[in-house]
Amino acid sequence: MSETTLSQPQRNIVSRLWNDKETRSIIIQIIAFAAIFALFFYMVRNAVINLEAIGKDISFDFLWQPASYDISQSLVEYTSRSSHFTAMIVGIINTLLIAVFGILLSTVLGFLLGVLRLSKNWVTNKLAYVYIEYTRNVPVLLHILLIHGLIVHALPLPKNAINVSDAAFLTNRGFFLPSPEIQPLFWFVLALFVMGIIFSIWFRSYAKRVQDETGKYYPVFWISLSAIMGFPLIMYFLLGSPIDWQIPELKGFNYKGGMVIRPEFIALWIALSCYTAAFIGEIVRSGITAVSWGQTEAASALGVSRGRTLSLVVIPQALRIIIPPLTSQYLNITKNSSLAIAIGYMDIVATIGGISLNQTGREMECMTIVLLLYLTFSLLISAFMNWYNKRIKLTER
Amino acid sequence: MRVTQFAALGAALSLTAMTAQAGTLEDVQARGELNCVVTTGVAGFAAPDENGKWTGFDVDFCRAVAAAVLGDGEKVKFVPTTGKTRFTVLNSGEGDILFRNTTETMSRDADLKLTFLPVNYYDGQGFLIRKELGINSAKDLDGASICIQTGTTTELNLADFFRVNGMSYEPVAIETNEEGITNYSANRCDVYTTDASGLASTRAALDDPSAHIILPEIISKEPLGGAVRHGDDQWADISKWVVNAIIIAEELGVTAANVAEHAAAAGDNPSINRLLGTEGDMGAMIGLDKDWAARAISAVGNYAESFDRNIGPDTPIGLARGLNASWKDGGILYAAPIR
Ligand SMILES: N[C@@H](CCC(=O)N[C@@H](CS)C(=O)NCC(=O)O)C(=O)O
Repeated sequence: MSETTLSQPQRNIVSRLWNDKETRSIIIQIIAFAAIFALFFYMVRNAVINLEAIGKDISFDFLWQPASYDISQSLVEYTSRSSHFTAMIVGIINTLLIAVFGILLSTVLGFLLGVLRLSKNWVTNKLAYVYIEYTRNVPVLLHILLIHGLIVHALPLPKNAINVSDAAFLTNRGFFLPSPEIQPLFWFVLALFVMGIIFSIWFRSYAKRVQDETGKYYPVFWISLSAIMGFPLIMYFLLGSPIDWQIPELKGFNYKGGMVIRPEFIALWIALSCYTAAFIGEIVRSGITAVSWGQTEAASALGVSRGRTLSLVVIPQALRIIIPPLTSQYLNITKNSSLAIAIGYMDIVATIGGISLNQTGREMECMTIVLLLYLTFSLLISAFMNWYNKRIKLTER
Repeated sequence: MRVTQFAALGAALSLTAMTAQAGTLEDVQARGELNCVVTTGVAGFAAPDENGKWTGFDVDFCRAVAAAVLGDGEKVKFVPTTGKTRFTVLNSGEGDILFRNTTETMSRDADLKLTFLPVNYYDGQGFLIRKELGINSAKDLDGASICIQTGTTTELNLADFFRVNGMSYEPVAIETNEEGITNYSANRCDVYTTDASGLASTRAALDDPSAHIILPEIISKEPLGGAVRHGDDQWADISKWVVNAIIIAEELGVTAANVAEHAAAAGDNPSINRLLGTEGDMGAMIGLDKDWAARAISAVGNYAESFDRNIGPDTPIGLARGLNASWKDGGILYAAPIR
């Protein structure tokens, strides 16, 4: 081929450029980039033309108009007179609530599953295996609908609520729990708690220094725990429990007072956590098995206890393998939380991306907002996990 | 190779992209099918029957339009939508026309850019509740859990009603009527609220309809009608006059059974003659032929026939004509004349 092109000078350049690996890749990249850009430009243009044809403009002014609808779960002050912007904030908080609680629960469950999968006990091992295979292979939406259905159909109505020691009431409208009302004296307890944390941070580095210098070992964990939890607890009871608990009471249709966790929140939280935990379990298992067994043997030959082998030798190395795939599971849980719509949990998609969108007809604007919000959350989670990954990276000495 | 692929992709996209603009009539005729936006299923208004054929009061209006412009009331593709998706589906060009228990409001007209057709059902929002709860008035609903469809006027009215009356409630957001029935049946909510017509349809679908009542308060005006998107006046005119023709047919006593006979030759009544095209050429004004209205009427009958067949007193829905009686019978159903 090169011989024939040599005799034709015009083709010569093109073919020489094309045959050069580097320039070829640049050319392909330019073409691909141009094509993607053209496609994007084309779609935006098309949207603008279509909007123009029916006389719609793009404007975000609607955000400051009253939303006019009510939302069942809101951690900030919200009424139907609040703005669409406030409705969006409510949605953001509800999404983050699910993401944060989901990440916490799925991590705990996932690590537990991972360890159980490595258990030498045949029964626990296989049980964990069956759980993981079942959960991973059923779409998460079905888990959500199943748990929601169970709560709504199987739990009693408020007037026959399951009474948990006259303080909490489980119904198919949600779990009604006592809510804390903080008395002024409680701030002392809180102050002690904060001091406990500061002390623990200092004590940790102190203990390390002492150990480095003298080899003397302090039980850092237990001392920190009693500083952070123990003393504040003692103080709490000494001050006569300075928190009043408001107990929910049945009034008319529903319980009033106290606080309530809605079935929609519970269903979404449990379903997403259990589902994601199955994946995390496998990640943890493979992370731990990847640390060579020789290291454990070496540690035990040196007389290091089993627990400390795990926490000082195996886990730190396993974490380096676990963290990157774990990050993508955290991203999944955050994004999957948008399945909230299936059971009417009021997250971002249901508020600004749903009702606000529909009532104002601002599809472009609302969807752009929703998109940017999810992008922001995902980037923040990735950034945090990358930072954490760097921190625990093996430092070569 | 790569470049030609991209070019082909681009060409394909530009062919499919130019939608949603004027020329809906041509589009529909070229396609040979009318895309009609309806509910996901409200018995009596729009729902597939046991054979999968869409039937109902709203469906009849889709069929009437299809009969007028395509000559066949069966040439309709039904696009089921939730309260939340319906306007996006219509405005994006996925649907040509909407008949979906939809209330005409100022913001939907002016801001969402819909052109509303004449009202085909005068309605208002009501409350469905279990008899055993012993509630007789909507003013006693303080603290109740209430199922509402999102993206509707229902949820806005409800917020206003409870605010004005100083009461609180737990809104349980649902997407479709079916989900509403499931949640209400499971007692997730004490009350189901939507248009009174929708409540009648919902009640008929419950296990024991007699165990539930509709409270006397009607808390809003819900003039339900079809809609098309802004920007195609001819299409809006066609749709509007098909609806009017169905209403006028009842006033003039033209039915599915006798329309052929009336349309065969001009009779003594000039109004009937104009409606059925045996005198003058009204159809040409909207870009159709003379028989447009005759075809619509023979496909679904007049307003009374469609009402009685789908939602009237002899159906499980059991709605009385009430406000929806013809103006001649003391109702407010009143269509502009065809002349
Ligand atoms: N008329 C109100 C409410 C319309 C509405 O959503 N009605 C319900 C009950 S009649 C419905 O059509 N649901 C249909 C579905 O579930 O797909 C509106 O236009 O916003």
